[in-house]
Amino acid sequence: MTDWIDIGTLADIPQRGARTVQLAGEKEIAVFRTGDDHVFALINECPHKKGPLSQGIVHGHSVACPLHNWNIALKTGEAQGADEGCTPTIAVKQEGGRILIARPTALQAAA
Amino acid sequence: MELQLRGDGRAEAQGDALVPFEDVREHLVVVGNGMAGCRAVEELLARDKPEKGGGRYRVTIFGAEPYVNYNRIMLSPVLAGEKSFDDIVINTREWYADNGIELIAGDPVTAIDRATKTVKSQSGRTMGYDKLLIATGSDPFIIPVPGKDLPGVISFRDMKDVDTMLAAAEAGGDAVVIGGGLLGLEAAHGLTLRGMKVTVIHLMDTLMERQLDEAAGWLLKTALEGRGQTILTGANTEAIYGEGKVEGVRLKDGREIPASLVVMAVGIRPSTALAREAGLAVNRGIQVDDHMVTSDPDILAVGECVEHDGNVYGLVAPLWDMCRSLADGLTDQHSGYKGSVTSTKLKVAGLDVFSAGDFSGGAGCEDIVLRDASRGVYKRVVVKDGRIVGAVLYGDTVDGGWYFDLLKREEDVSEIRERLILGQAFASGGGALDPLAAVAALSDDAEICGCNGVSKGQVVSCIEAGNCSLDAVRAGCKASASCGSCTGLVENLLTVVLGDEVKSGPKTMCKCTSFTHDDVRREIVAQNMRSIPEVMQLLHWSTPDGCSSCRPALNYYLLCALPGEYQDDQQSRFVNERMHANIQKDGTYSVVPRMWGGLTNPRELRAIADVVEKFNAPMVKVTGGQRLDIFGIKKEDLPAVWADLNAAGMVSGHAYGKSLRTVKTCVGSEWCRFGTQDSTGLGVKIERMTWGSWMPHKFKIAASGCPRNCAEATIKDFGVVCVDSGYELHVGGNGGIHVRATDLLCKVATEQEALDYCAAFIQLYREEARYLERTAPWIERIGVDYIKQRIVEDEAGREALRARFLYSQSFSQDDPWAERAAGQHAELHQHLEPIAIAAE
Repeated sequence: MTDWIDIGTLADIPQRGARTVQLAGEKEIAVFRTGDDHVFALINECPHKKGPLSQGIVHGHSVACPLHNWNIALKTGEAQGADEGCTPTIAVKQEGGRILIARPTALQAAA
Repeated sequence: MELQLRGDGRAEAQGDALVPFEDVREHLVVVGNGMAGCRAVEELLARDKPEKGGGRYRVTIFGAEPYVNYNRIMLSPVLAGEKSFDDIVINTREWYADNGIELIAGDPVTAIDRATKTVKSQSGRTMGYDKLLIATGSDPFIIPVPGKDLPGVISFRDMKDVDTMLAAAEAGGDAVVIGGGLLGLEAAHGLTLRGMKVTVIHLMDTLMERQLDEAAGWLLKTALEGRGQTILTGANTEAIYGEGKVEGVRLKDGREIPASLVVMAVGIRPSTALAREAGLAVNRGIQVDDHMVTSDPDILAVGECVEHDGNVYGLVAPLWDMCRSLADGLTDQHSGYKGSVTSTKLKVAGLDVFSAGDFSGGAGCEDIVLRDASRGVYKRVVVKDGRIVGAVLYGDTVDGGWYFDLLKREEDVSEIRERLILGQAFASGGGALDPLAAVAALSDDAEICGCNGVSKGQVVSCIEAGNCSLDAVRAGCKASASCGSCTGLVENLLTVVLGDEVKSGPKTMCKCTSFTHDDVRREIVAQNMRSIPEVMQLLHWSTPDGCSSCRPALNYYLLCALPGEYQDDQQSRFVNERMHANIQKDGTYSVVPRMWGGLTNPRELRAIADVVEKFNAPMVKVTGGQRLDIFGIKKEDLPAVWADLNAAGMVSGHAYGKSLRTVKTCVGSEWCRFGTQDSTGLGVKIERMTWGSWMPHKFKIAASGCPRNCAEATIKDFGVVCVDSGYELHVGGNGGIHVRATDLLCKVATEQEALDYCAAFIQLYREEARYLERTAPWIERIGVDYIKQRIVEDEAGREALRARFLYSQSFSQDDPWAERAAGQHAELHQHLEPIAIAAE
């Protein structure tokens, strides 16, 4: 069973941009909207030096970290190109115009 | 699906071989539209050109897949999302058309009738041949376990398999890859990148045991596990289970691994059924002689489906050798295939791996091993009787080609044995690695491009035939035209052969476009482009919405070209310019209010002190630009901080932007006993004129009151040094990584002239420098004489530049902090609020 959390609508997130979600006791989550209106959610930390990915430039289905320009694939959280590392991803779905994210595992275990 | 391309437009009736009366050429029918079949035809065409008195053959190619010939080796990057199908096409439709080749794609040949010299296809077509070439390649080996035919169980051999995997990955979930060889690991890597949770099941104890020894295999396994894959070695598949579709894999030891997709990649077998049924001699593969002729003199075979001298090959390099010998034979220039020694240089899941020859060791063999755990490097060279017989490299494979070259030439390495393992640069006596010397030292038959089988000799002759640029070489001999991993080698060869005459293509703006910065800027103005999507559309951008390199540049170029009209794209701004503050390593921001000319007062200082206390800023620091920097502000607090600073009359200092930063001053004639002019007052006037302007890069100004230059004006982008008789104007200084003192632009008599020249210089920089180019490298590139000509000598031009700058400034001197403090773009500073929890 997955707990789904309603975080708002597509229009709340700028195209090629991101918003953040803070759940109690959890790491900050970045929710991205791409140019083609796909939505992805990742922990808001670059695998490199924990830069806030939500502030990066979103291009295609990737985001460039604002600190050192690592490119992170939004779907998998994997660093692209020569860089290595992975940011945890969070399941997202769109239902009836709302965006839902899965409750992250740490909190789910505690609940 | 059936797809027909009639390259030469000749009429040919369905199911019949109607050769026009006048076409007396021999008909070569090729069974197999893959890498071997098409390469063989390419080699033949190169030797059988009508203009060279050839033109003996007309060619028909049958292909089972509904595509043109593509590079099967590159399916992995397609799966991984790094390339598209179009990127891996080797022969385009135009190639078939231009060479008069008829392609019958999507219609496999099902039978050969040697008595009537005809072939029959699946759709019922019958076609006569004079010469038949079988290039059917390999079939994936499917292990005969229960459940092997369940939906969701596939191999990894063609585009159809890739499409199936992509569809499965879209749905997410677990995947099992059976087989820890090259193909299996590539499939696992691609599926992992596509978001699936992947388990690799490998029968042997070492991954890729045919290419790697135990140590390298272990390093590879550890690296892959680090990427989240589960690797089970020594694991024997008992069954694939599932009701109606695959649900998982059961091992002999009873373990069950759930999976919605199973990729079987345990090996390939020569595809010999067609030849066998036609009664040709077939052992493991179709048996061929040194010119690739089968037991029937009119039937040839080439590629992975053949067996030559007892050997069957599954790599691409031997295939190129075979195709050359075959084409020689068909055009009566007998050379003969002598078998191939193979090497494997691969990127497995982004990790460099190389192996060649026999590395099993044994009697008389000496192992030379180098391990560098911290770099993740393992090298092993096996030497027998003073000659290299095998090599395994992991993590650092630059010397793979050199070892392989020594191995193939059976060179005596006793002399350099001590240094052998350190690689070519050290072994050859040199110290530092000189890539040019390294490539110059390669023998002519050393392979440069593995994808297309191009040797150093071929690349060199291609260059010597007049192909003086990378693109020309790629078009001429295909070296580095496929995966591109040998691009560096080809570039070095160009330099070795041509010296300075290499035509380096102009450096493009980024990988999204083939245009340079200068091209793009010129076209934006010439075509009056008004938005980033319009630029990308009109200039054929190769990505949907650019990248983090081109988007900020385009945003700036448009902003500069259309003052007051262009709608700034926030999502194409770097974080600092979007947030109007400087992001720090912990994700908080620093805030620098503007202090005109470095002047401040009690009200401003009190406001800053209050902000520091109110928002618990952990640090305040005096900057190098004579202002105060407040550290550790959270993005949520920024609007409130700005509101407080605005209330004390302060505006954004733009310490975060590709823009005017500060104007540093000394106290000048008002206080200093050496001061010659009012440098402080001038600095304030300059800052009032220039603040808020966006530029290609950050821009710093200083005004010193005398030649003692306390404001350090000669390492600024624009510097004024006051003297008794007026103002010396300096440009292009930089105090960064590469310290550069300014060039003296000119001397002017009045303060107003100093201001006017400053405005004109900034506008010239804004209009002509490339994005992210500071004034120092810009001036080095174009020369200070050009600046002098535009700013000093051309009075009308200077005045026009100044006017354009001031016009642009009339739109840019609104304090961005005030807008945000008033509530604009509040979403940039707020979290989304989770509003409901639904369980399912």
